[in-house]
Order: sequence, then structure tokens, then C-alpha cells
Amino acid sequence: MDLLDMTAAELAAGIKSGSTSAVEAMEAVIARIKKSEAELNCYVTFDEESARAAAAKAQSDIEAGRLSGPLAGVPVAIKDNMCTKGVLTTCSSRILNNFVPAFSAEAVRNLEKAGAVMIGKTNMDEFAMGSTTETSAYGVTRNPWNTEHVPGGSSGGSAAAVAAKECFFALGSDTGGSIRQPASYCGVVGMKPTYGTVSRYGLIAYGSSLDQIGPLCKDVTDCAVIMEAIASHDSKDSTSMNRSDTDFTSALNDDVKGMKIGIPATYFGDGLDGEVKNAVMKAVGVLKDKGALVEEFELGLVDYAIPAYYTIAAAEASSNLERFDGVKYGYRAPDYEGLHDMYKKTRSEGFGAEVKRRIMLGSFVLSSGYYDAYYLKALRVKALIKKAFDDAFAKYDVIIGPVAPTTAPRLGESLSDPIKMYLGDIYTISLNLAGLPGISVPCGIDSRGLPVGMQIIGDCFKEKNIIRAAYAYEKARGRFPDAGERMAD
Amino acid sequence: MAKTYETVIGLEVHVELATKTKIFCGCSTAFGGAPNTHTCPVCTGMPGSLPVLNKQVVEYAAAVGLATNCTITRDCKFDRKNYFYPDNPQNYQISQLYLPICRDGHVDIELPDGTVKAVRIHEIHMEEDAGKLVHDDWDDVSYVDFNRSGVPLIEIVSEPDMRSAQEVIAYLEKLRLIIQYLGASDCKLQEGSMRADVNLSVREAGSETFGTRTETKNLNSFAAIERAIEAEKNRQIDLLESGDKVIQETRRWDDNKEYSYAMRSKEDAQDYRYFPDPDLVPVHISEEWLDEIRSRQPEFKTEKMKRYREEFGIPDYDINIITDSKKTADIFEEATALCGKPKKVSNWLMVETMRLLKENGMDAEDISFSAANLAKLVNLTESGAVNSSVAKEVFEKIFAEDIDPDKYVEENGLKQVNDEDALRQTVEEIVAANPQSVADYKAGKEKAIGFLVGQTMKAMKGKANPEIVNKMLKEILSK
Amino acid sequence: MANVISDETIEYVGILAKLELSDEEKENAKKDMADMLDYIDKLGELDTKGIEPMSHLFSTGNVMREDVVTNGDGSEDTLCNAPERHDSAFSVPKTVE
Repeated sequence: MDLLDMTAAELAAGIKSGSTSAVEAMEAVIARIKKSEAELNCYVTFDEESARAAAAKAQSDIEAGRLSGPLAGVPVAIKDNMCTKGVLTTCSSRILNNFVPAFSAEAVRNLEKAGAVMIGKTNMDEFAMGSTTETSAYGVTRNPWNTEHVPGGSSGGSAAAVAAKECFFALGSDTGGSIRQPASYCGVVGMKPTYGTVSRYGLIAYGSSLDQIGPLCKDVTDCAVIMEAIASHDSKDSTSMNRSDTDFTSALNDDVKGMKIGIPATYFGDGLDGEVKNAVMKAVGVLKDKGALVEEFELGLVDYAIPAYYTIAAAEASSNLERFDGVKYGYRAPDYEGLHDMYKKTRSEGFGAEVKRRIMLGSFVLSSGYYDAYYLKALRVKALIKKAFDDAFAKYDVIIGPVAPTTAPRLGESLSDPIKMYLGDIYTISLNLAGLPGISVPCGIDSRGLPVGMQIIGDCFKEKNIIRAAYAYEKARGRFPDAGERMAD
Repeated sequence: MAKTYETVIGLEVHVELATKTKIFCGCSTAFGGAPNTHTCPVCTGMPGSLPVLNKQVVEYAAAVGLATNCTITRDCKFDRKNYFYPDNPQNYQISQLYLPICRDGHVDIELPDGTVKAVRIHEIHMEEDAGKLVHDDWDDVSYVDFNRSGVPLIEIVSEPDMRSAQEVIAYLEKLRLIIQYLGASDCKLQEGSMRADVNLSVREAGSETFGTRTETKNLNSFAAIERAIEAEKNRQIDLLESGDKVIQETRRWDDNKEYSYAMRSKEDAQDYRYFPDPDLVPVHISEEWLDEIRSRQPEFKTEKMKRYREEFGIPDYDINIITDSKKTADIFEEATALCGKPKKVSNWLMVETMRLLKENGMDAEDISFSAANLAKLVNLTESGAVNSSVAKEVFEKIFAEDIDPDKYVEENGLKQVNDEDALRQTVEEIVAANPQSVADYKAGKEKAIGFLVGQTMKAMKGKANPEIVNKMLKEILSK
Repeated sequence: MANVISDETIEYVGILAKLELSDEEKENAKKDMADMLDYIDKLGELDTKGIEPMSHLFSTGNVMREDVVTNGDGSEDTLCNAPERHDSAFSVPKTVE
């Protein structure tokens, strides 16, 4: 078996048994990156020598018995909005073109404790604002399945790196679908945990009440292993939850007999691509065949999630991104006259168009006279949406639908019409508003040769339900094809 | 006839809380230290950092609220106040707008004519302080130091209930007293641990509606507050008298020039876009927690004065001064308990302590000596072991270094000499050496004896018992 | 109802957000913001009377720290990314006239 075909869990077992090593794994990844990176651009920062040195150190620590975590020696890619001590962290923005954090994000530290070895930092939509990884200041990332198409976003670099085997797994962040949608577009597994499950400390905030870190990986087993490693109660994050049920691998159970699955009719209506619909329905049929109880139902308020989300996310973003001002870190405009001119030039030159668009919108909806009509209204709608899901989960163990209305669009198709792009988030976004966990599992390939993802949604703190359903489906589905022959040797 | 005007004043008072650490991180609040040494990712707005609330801040804020008769908000929240300024590292300040911790209180102030007036408190909220900006004298740059960034503040917002500078000062004195008693802050205006912004408007006497108000900032002493109020009142009356309008604005007081100027600029929209901070969870103050805070409330000045009258039998004048600071009241009570001489303890506090504080430019809060050492000194003087001038000298050492007076007197040989045999030789020498004074005394100049006593004391290095010396001299001279 | 964003509004929001937009960006921003607000106005269709705005998802109970100093001298980490620094302070354009 080619080393690069191994999952993270298989590789960790191989390293542990001595049949392979962290160094061999890293060398394989480096070779793959050298081969495909020029075309794909998954990474913003990749330093071959430090990756190699980290792998060598990990291997010697493993051999000396100092490193024995569940991911010991496994090379990982980190989305570039997570702080990494001593390693450039840009959020794919010009405004952080030279920012080197003095500390690492808690999720990154947890991965280090589990033994994973960082390869580099992956490309993303600037400050995670976008659905295509085209808003990066460091070039677009291309979809390994078809390089004329986007990998999705905002965690597009992470998803593409996993699909192209430029890493064994990656961390992403999900504010409105930013893990699940690129996972779907790139044919990999991606999960957004319940809000508060993974510490946000060190994650450079976009929408603080919506952001969650999660894994992008090759299969559901990896997903559970990685989740177990990164979930933690962190006293540095006031919104971090103290959970005792984070033994996610215990849910890797191929048994969905009697599991109640709700199919929201509104997720399969107008606007959903026929091929996507068929692939997801076929996957639901697989679970039904395995004994799950499937029922269609009406999930309310779906059309209101996007306007509520963009109001809240833009408002929070406008405030979160105020700190980028040319004073303490990052880019400062070279020519200015006085303080306010320095602020304006720095921010205008440092931020890209999509980020500015959301900052402007967010500043407006919070401004005097509009706060109640827009921001508070959106928070009230958020409460209603949460209630609609509470009602649904009173009846169902999981809810299944598509991740996105279509498979990956072509490069350049999305950015021209922002609202159309935002509409692509319709199935993912309400989970962030309601704090729910969701997983994207590959469930088909469309006629253009692009992967389709199925989204399994759980109630808050019920990741195990979605892991079990996803695992059972994956077992029945069998191995999912690779991202095309051209990426293989 | 000229119109008469009434001045309407409300205050926004910022108080720096006496916590060991900042409001949202574990950095020290200690003064001093090179710029940015008391900083971390949280209080410098590093990307990815998150705030975690200091529990003590909530307790101090609630304690101040209870002491000022406020209603405590059982579920309060923090909001972000968004504005760009280099001393504000996130470019938003974490504060409270929608659900402040305390609301609807009042404090009673006593006016010079003896009447009591209630000043209502609109709200008290918790927030973080900004960093410090230092301006370069030569270059067009400022330097930013975040050591103070994140130091906890409470802002006490009064209703527009004050009508004169005297009322404002009385209100501030009252707040300061309450907060110092709580140990929640040292409340020093000069050092900025208490800051007052004055909201002021004028209206024709008898009018029911308020005029347009201005907010005056940068007032660093009671004197500056008085001057600024006077100047702003006159400025507004002049405007109205000449048919102009008062503009609602923020003004900065320059106490050297005794003049304020508007802080408006095109870049300063004053639209703070407050919204609940998603990084912090709401604070729930349970009945139990509130009871706990309530049970720790100290005895305040009014109750103390009443008790002192009954318990210690010292003059009201003394009681008033001693209870003006919890520090002096605590020392008084502890020292009295140890030596059992309330009036003697009171005298040391009223006279020597106050003198030394004034000479050193200190506040009562700065007192560092222990009640135990003061009690020992009282015992030493009462037993006649030291005379009063030596006692003063010893007290200065206690005040400065908190020395143990027993040891100090012993080690420096300062014990009063009461032994007549030991004194007689010196007295006789002084008489022999000063024939002129002896002659004067014998000629009826009684005052001459004072000179001889002084000479004896000097020769005895101040340790002689002056009464015995006096008596002995009279005996010798009358022979 | 279609929202129309005026030049003054864009100017004002630019001041709040500290963004200086080119004329072309301003025109785009006016259109984008109007479109988004039209879209957001859809929320008005929902009756939310009596619904508490949900600023926080879960009631976690209090999250607080004890008042204990845990951080030492952080100045080098604080300053190491400074675009301009002067000794151990950040340097910015003068903040007073």
C-alpha cells in the first residue's frame, strides 16, 4: 500500500508498529507537495526543512518513548487562521503578511500533544470570508478533482490538501459551512463540532459566536480520532464547554438499526442540483437498508438562516477585525498623513474586497439607529431557528441533507454575485447559528466527475450520533475514489 | 434685569479597582515597570486571544453597588464599544451598556449648611481601562504602552442631580469614602485611579427642561473640577446670553490654561456600535453569591461614628477625622484594643499622623505602620518610659519604617531618666555653668528656669524626665 | 422595499470602519449593501415579538478566573510583530495636534 493512501489512523498504527516512520511519512508528503503544489496552491506557508526537522524529532521522540499519542508522527496541515508559535500566520490576508504569533492555538497544541507533526499552513478565503478560497491574498487554491474548479471554502486549502494527499489530515474552521462545504467539494470527510467543543483560543476570529475548529480528513474513523484529540475544555476560552463525552471513537459503530433520521423536505426543494439530490437520497437509502428509520419532515425557517447569519457574522467580523490597524502587528501602509489616515490606508490596502464588503455591512447594521432593526432582529431569528432544530431533534437522532446545492463551481463563477455565493451556504449555515454539529461525508460523483457530499446533522453535543451514522454509511459505501488519476503517481 | 441660571450637573466617575490582575487576563496591575512589561496576548489585542473575566472585579463592582443602594442585575452582560484609538488595542473596549451590573442607586451627601441631599446613581458598569500614550517632544509620534490596558474599572454614572461644584465635590468625597472603605480602590484623582467627567448644562432658573449638555474630561483634582465647572457654566451662559446655542460635545479641560476645548473631529463619529461581546458569557449573580458579598461589607463611616461615640467616649471632632478613612479607623480600633487608651491613640492619629501625611504628600490610604507598634508607643509614654519629645521622635520612625518602639527605645538608649541621683549631677553642673541665669531667676525672672531645664535636657540628650528636672532645679536654686 | 444607500452613508460607514474606498469601490459598496439589506429585510416577515435576542447559545454558568497573577514580563512577545517600535513601546503617528 502506498504510504500516501493510508488514513491518519492507519499511518499512526504503522509508525507505532515500526513498519513505517514519521520521517518516511513526511518525505512522502513533501514529495507529493513538490509534485502538485504548483498547480493546486493548497499551502500559504510550507517550509520543507522545518517540516522535515519536526518529523525527525517526532520519530526520535517516538522511538525514545517520549511521544505516544494517537496521532504520533502523522503529518498535519493547519488552516492559516490558527496561530502557530513562530510560524507565519496570515489568514490569507495582506494585512497579516508578516505576522508571526508568539503562541499556538489550543487546538494546535492539542494536536501536538497527540503527536501530530505540522507540515505547514493552508490557504483559505481571506479571514475565512468566502466559499471558494478565491478571496485569498496569496492566490486561489484549485480543486484536485478538476483544477478548473474551486475547492470550496473557506477551508479550501485544507480540503484540497487532504484530497491531493499533500497531508494526512488537516484542521479547518467553520463559521457558516467552511469545513463541510470544501470537504464536500473535495470528496473528503469534514466535521464541525458543537459550538464550544474545540477551544477557539488562537483561532483568529471571524464570527466569534459561530466559529468552530474541526477536522478535514480521509474517513470517519480519522474524524473521530482527530476530534478526540482536539476537543478540550479550555479555561482560556470562556465559551469552551466542559464535556465528559468526547470519547468520539466509541461511536465508530456500524449499527444504525432503529436510528431515527429526519429528512427536511425544504433541503431537497428548488435550487438543489438534481445529481446532488440523487446522490444524497441514495445514501439515505443505504442507511435505511441498514435498519434506520427514515422520515421526511418540514424544517421551518430555512430561508431566513442566510440573512440572519450574514447580519450576525458581518457585525461580529466588523468588530473582530478592528484590531488590524497597523499599530501592533501586520501590515502598515507606507505613506500616510497622521493617525486616521494611517488607519484607513493600512486597512484599505490590507483587506481584500470581500472582507471590506462584510466590514462595511457589519459596521452599518450595528450603527446608531439600525442596531434593533437588523442586529437584534437577527438574534431573535437565531433563537427561532434554534427552536426549530430543538423541535426536530425531539423526533430525530440525526437530520440528513445535502452540504451544498451543487458540486464545486468553476473558478471565477461565484465572486461576481455575492448574494448568489451566499445562497450556496443555505444548508450549512443554520448549524452555526444553532451551534449544532455536522459532518460532510462523500456520497457520490456527478457527471462532471466532481464529488458530492452528504451532510449529517446532530443535536448539540450529539456528535456521536452523526459519527455513528456516517461510519455505518461509509462501511456500506466502501472506499471512495481518489481525486483523479492525474494526482497519483 | 439679567436672567438667573441654574447649573445642572451629572457625573461619570471612573474608578480603577484594586485587583491584583487585569479584568480579562492574568497580567499584574502593579504600577511602574518598563512599557509593555505587564502585557500578554489578551490585553494587547493579539489575534486569536480571548478574554476571561476576573471574579474579583464582579465582587468589587457589586459591593460598590450595594453600598450605594443600587439594584444588582442578576444576569449582566459585557458589550463591545467600538472605536479606533491606539491606546485601545482591539479598537473596541469591553464594557457594559445594555445590562450593567448595578442600577438605580443613590448616595446621600451632606452640604455645608448641614442639609442632606440624595444624588441618584443611574448605573454602575464594569469595563477595561485603556493603555497609555506618551507623546514625543520633538517628533510627530506617540508611544503606546499597554501596561494599563485591561486594568479593571467601574464607571459610576449619576443622574443630573447636582447643582453646584460644592455638591459635586461632596458627592465625589462620599463615593471615595465608600469605595475606600470597601477596599475596592484607593481613589486617587491625581494618579488617575479615580476620574470624573462632568456633564453640565445650564437653564433658566425655574425651568423644568434641561439645556443642552457638554461633557468635560481630563479633570485631575478637586480644584480642577471646581475650576472647570465654573468655566463651563460661564461659557454656556455667555453663549445663551449672546443668542448662541450650546453644542452637545465632549470638551477637554486644560487646567494650566483654565480653559476647555472641543474634542470633535471628522474622524470621531461617536457611534460606538455596542453589541454583546460573543467572547464572554453572561454573569449570573445568585442570591447566595450576593449574600456572601453583602456579608463582607464593612461598617461604613456613619455606623462607625455612632459606635465610637458610644464605645470610646472621644470627642466628635476626633471621631469625624479618624473615620474619614477606613485605614485610620482600622488602626484606631486595633491600637485601642491593644492599649486601652482611645484618646491617646486618637491624639497620635489626629496630630502627628496627619502632620506627617501632609508633609509627605500622602493620603491616609498610604499609611504603612501597624496598629501594634502605635499601641506599644502609647504604653511607653503612659508608663513614663519615654518622655513626649522622645515619643515624637520614635513615632516618626514608626510612621516611616514601622519599627518596634520597645526595641528601638532599648537599642538607642532613649528611656527616660527618672532616677534623681542620676539627674542631680547634670543639674548641678548646669547651675554652675550658667551663673547669669541663676542670678536672673533669683532676681525674680521666673522664666530663666526654662533655659536651665532646656540646657539640662540637651545635656541628657532629651531623655531626662523634664518634670523631675524642673523640680530639682527649683530646689537647688531656692537654697 | 428596495434599500438605497446614499453617498453620505457610505462615507459615514467608511469613517466608522476606517476604510477609504475608491470611487469605484464606493459605487460597488452602495450596490452591495443595498442588495444585502434588501435580502436581510426578509427577516421582517417573521414575527419575533416576545422572542429574546439570542446572543449566547448555551447557558454555561459563570466563567471566571481567580484574581491571581499568572503572567510575567510579556513585552518581547507583545512587541515582536510591531510595524514600528521605539524601545519597548509601539510607535504611532502623533495622537494630539
